[in-house]
Amino acid sequence: MTGRRPTAEIAAAVVLAAAAIAVLPRVLELFALINATVYASMAVLALSLGLVWGFGGILCFGQAAFFGLGGYGYAVAALNVADTTWAVPIALAVPAAAAALLGYVMFYGRISDVYMGVITLTVTLILFNFTNSTAGDQWRIGAAPLGGFNGIPSTPPLNLPGDPGNPLPPERIFAVAVVCLAACYILGKLVLRSRFGRVVVAIRENERRAELLGYDVRRYKLGIFTLGGFMGGLAGLLFANCVFVSPTMFSLFYSGQIIIWVMVGGLGTLAGPIIGAVLLQALTTWAGTLPAVNPSLILGAVLVAAVLALPKGLLPTAAAALRRLRRRDAAP
Amino acid sequence: MDLAVAVALQVLTGIATLLIISLGLAVIFGMMRVINLAHGEFLMLGAYAAILSARAGLNIWLAMLVVAPLAVGAIGVAVERLVIRRLYGRMLDTMLATWGLSLGFIGAVTMIFGNTVAGFSAPLGSVAIGGYRSSGYGLFLIGAACVLIAGVWAVLRFTPAGLIARGTMQNPEMAAALGVSPSRVYAIAFAVGAALSGLAGALIAPFSGVVPTMGTVYIAKAFITVITGGAAMLAGTLSASGLLGTVATLGTFATTPVLGEVAMLAVAIVLLRLLPEGITGRFFRRSL
Repeated sequence: MTGRRPTAEIAAAVVLAAAAIAVLPRVLELFALINATVYASMAVLALSLGLVWGFGGILCFGQAAFFGLGGYGYAVAALNVADTTWAVPIALAVPAAAAALLGYVMFYGRISDVYMGVITLTVTLILFNFTNSTAGDQWRIGAAPLGGFNGIPSTPPLNLPGDPGNPLPPERIFAVAVVCLAACYILGKLVLRSRFGRVVVAIRENERRAELLGYDVRRYKLGIFTLGGFMGGLAGLLFANCVFVSPTMFSLFYSGQIIIWVMVGGLGTLAGPIIGAVLLQALTTWAGTLPAVNPSLILGAVLVAAVLALPKGLLPTAAAALRRLRRRDAAP
Repeated sequence: MDLAVAVALQVLTGIATLLIISLGLAVIFGMMRVINLAHGEFLMLGAYAAILSARAGLNIWLAMLVVAPLAVGAIGVAVERLVIRRLYGRMLDTMLATWGLSLGFIGAVTMIFGNTVAGFSAPLGSVAIGGYRSSGYGLFLIGAACVLIAGVWAVLRFTPAGLIARGTMQNPEMAAALGVSPSRVYAIAFAVGAALSGLAGALIAPFSGVVPTMGTVYIAKAFITVITGGAAMLAGTLSASGLLGTVATLGTFATTPVLGEVAMLAVAIVLLRLLPEGITGRFFRRSL
């Protein structure tokens, strides 16, 4: 999928994003629009893991950690400085730095696959437990109470850069989220086209061979992992703008969901995780409205079915089917 | 002095709990390198099996020690036949599929029994140690952990079935060449692991409360204990739960339960950084 017609794919992303910004706020009601913003933030989150796992070959069980750190970083900074122009870089720097630190420990410690999964999971759990226990007045950072289990409900929305008196309405926040999603997709495409991205993919294909060819595997893995952490943080920032931050952002359920999105959408693609996130998020929301069925049951069944029947995910399977059809048409 | 004994008992109870909840996962991981993320739900199903049969009028001990492992063992057989069997050798896929199973079990149980906490009080009252009181059930858990680990060790070490299991664990192709069917061994091992998990769920039910989501509290702890322990299933689980259980209980005693747990997780991370293959990757390598 990579390398072929990247310019066309980037153009398609720009057109789709522009169309979404132009059309959706006119046709959707406010509630649905805010929901669409949540979907966009989830798609950014799925994209971040799609990059780290699908191209870097690093299965991170704790992508939710960066999601939560981005959200908390934004909420705490925004409550402290009033002008969210300065909260945004902080919210992006915190998860990226956390990813860099965690990645340094893991990759330079030469920790193998399964153990990496455990460590990322453990870090997420520590954050979950810690934020859950921060109820009460002694737990505050500057002017921002951490709020324990209840999170920070009073997160201020983004404002126009440099103009704190002018918070963005939900329509604008939606536009920001869609732009961020498209930008992350394009950034992913560009990174994968670069020399750095090619080496990352080479390492996924055969780590030892890449190492024998003289590449410092640890550095490249650290690079892609940090980029993933940055995108995860961006997703958290967007999420904080349309819902609010709470310890559930760090929960095992979120970490699991992200993996499911990527898996169902298609590992090793960038559009797949986005599609997976939107489809499954819609499925969970729809299942939540059914009185008799529990959404967890449906999500679980989808995951088991996906692993057994579609181990490559929706997008690659569909693409392969399309190619087969074309070949059959071309044959006679 | 009394305080020291009371704290020591508390630490031992913490270790025993960790050991009990990890053993089923360790057997499955040690035998076939499958990380069963539905382990927490096996615990939950064991607890439900115990509570339901106790409510139906069965003796509480019978419900906990017999019905729960049998019921969950049967579920384990079904899971192995339907899902795990197709995925041997694909570790990540098994993890994802069992995660799906875990979500599915939570959803199904919530639908049937509702999202409410059930529970039964710990049998066996309390024991006085000088000026302190300790629960008799804690002592029972320590005993149960010892019996379980000794039992699994004895089966692996002394019985023909244990010999076959160890052989298959070390080299499945060679075992197959000698006339053992690895897929049958795996099926039995998975069922035994599931049964141990069911038993564990029933044993912890009196102090954890029985909710559909109770497994999520324990899966991570069990997972971390088993991985920190490393490849040798008994020595690894024993040493890791000894270490992590001590840290968690003492941390809880010194600060709060949450910080105690955070301390335990932090120790696990540091340990994996120093010993990337787990404790038994470096020490006790030749043990079971």
